[in-house]
Amino acid sequence: MRFMMMVIPKGYEAAAPDAVPSAEAVAKMMEYNKSLQKAGVLLALDGLLPPSTGARVAYTDGKATVTDGPFAEAKEIIGGGYWIIQVRSREEAIEWAKRAPMSNHEMIEVRQIFETADFPADVQKAAEGFNDLANAAAGKA
Amino acid sequence: MSDIHRTIEAVWKIESTRLIAGIARVTRDIGIAEELAQDALVAALEQWPDQGVPEKPAAWLMTAAKRRALDSLRRVRMLEIKHGEIERELEFQQQRLGEAMDQALDQVIDDDVLRLIFTACHPVLAVEGRVALTLRLACGLTTAEIARAFLVPEKTLGQRIFRAKKTLSEAHIPFETPRGDELRKRVESVLSVVYLIFNEGYTATSGEEWMRAELCDEALRLARMLAELLPEESGVHGLQALMELQASRTAARRGSTGEAVLLSEQNRSLWDYAQIQRGMAALHRAQKLGGGAHSYALQASIAACHARAKTAAETDWERIVLLYDALLQVSPSPIVALNRAVAVGMASGPAYGPAAGLHALDAIAAEPALANYHLLPSVRGDLLVKLGRYGEAREELQRAIAMTENRREHELLSRKLEQIPRVRQDV
Repeated sequence: MRFMMMVIPKGYEAAAPDAVPSAEAVAKMMEYNKSLQKAGVLLALDGLLPPSTGARVAYTDGKATVTDGPFAEAKEIIGGGYWIIQVRSREEAIEWAKRAPMSNHEMIEVRQIFETADFPADVQKAAEGFNDLANAAAGKA
Repeated sequence: MSDIHRTIEAVWKIESTRLIAGIARVTRDIGIAEELAQDALVAALEQWPDQGVPEKPAAWLMTAAKRRALDSLRRVRMLEIKHGEIERELEFQQQRLGEAMDQALDQVIDDDVLRLIFTACHPVLAVEGRVALTLRLACGLTTAEIARAFLVPEKTLGQRIFRAKKTLSEAHIPFETPRGDELRKRVESVLSVVYLIFNEGYTATSGEEWMRAELCDEALRLARMLAELLPEESGVHGLQALMELQASRTAARRGSTGEAVLLSEQNRSLWDYAQIQRGMAALHRAQKLGGGAHSYALQASIAACHARAKTAAETDWERIVLLYDALLQVSPSPIVALNRAVAVGMASGPAYGPAAGLHALDAIAAEPALANYHLLPSVRGDLLVKLGRYGEAREELQRAIAMTENRREHELLSRKLEQIPRVRQDV
């Protein structure tokens, strides 16, 4: 099973657009990333810029509303990113998330990635072409 | 199973390999190390449901294992040493063991894990023993899980593991990473175990499908682990490439009713292209390290030719023939020669095509290893169809059908037989 572990920005919304984490924090994170790789579970990972550079698009009654970052009061400034891991159970994904070197107020959301093969036939039919899209993104072309 | 038990199981799956490897550095015996680790797991199962999962579960388990090691040392010494001498001797031994365990507890090094895998795959063991021990020690699978995956009774599997541990102990196999020429040979032994695990899952035609697929995942995880532990070994990357590329086709290999779908007829949009990319990257690493001509890397290169083709018709069969030629050099086998003949039949160019393929088949038809192999007449039938020799093709396919007992193969060949045109234009 594949899971995405997403760092939910809870404390770093107000970080300056050019804010970068400290070398020490990055070193700790690299050590963690390495442990995922050594365990053979890491499939992909990326770090994200602070949300102050981003935007949120919210939908109400079919209408999209855009909010530019920063979004809220903030205390801490580090972090942001995601991992995709392949493990044997939801609990294992959670255990890996618990080992991440996160700072105060940060949060990791653990979500399983769906496999089209898990769906019943009619949903699979409706999702036909999904793999094409995913594959094009992964560089088939 | 309750939530806490599932959590303990997950912690075990994550930590057990390093735990056993760390203890084995002290005990120098992976059988004893595994028993101590199991004792620690039992302690966790007793205590964590009440106390909760400790903040540092790995350290907790190591401490529990240490306590058990000291206990058993005390018991053994009590029996062995005469009263009077006991005290100081025992104290000294306990202190040494305690210190060694503390050190192991502080830092399980990657080399410990590597030593564990090398020992589990030691050539002194029967192949099935290597496979079982590796899944047990390096993947953290339970005996029941391994038994289910290999469709053998749990008791049989348990005995297999017991025998393997006993053999290692009796043969005084050192807990170490081999060096020099020995390293190359032992790496091959490890890789063959990993590929065997993969194939057990990949070629599964029966059993609990989900568990079988899980064997492929375990093999891939082992390969990714090894790629980190032995980054300079090109063979590791070649095998990872091969398995990633093969596994990328998993979703397309079965039709809606579970029937096997041939490579040429697979819906290529069901292939996992992120996985293909991982395979290509691993293949590139293998080639950069000078391992492009290794058997696994060559097979991966062939799989890569298929992965690169957007449709079956775009397959670069000429290149595949060359790769099979190279593969025949490093690991000659009638099966490889048979596959080469298929590629010759598919390729275009003056030296290729169905007639040339048939010629290549004739050259290996007398191979005793292929005498009862249904793919020989099946391939011959395909080539004869292409040449318009339908009558002969029909005979070959009927022969192939008679040779296989596998239901899925049977269906596939019967479908082919039905598709042969009924017109009489045999040459």
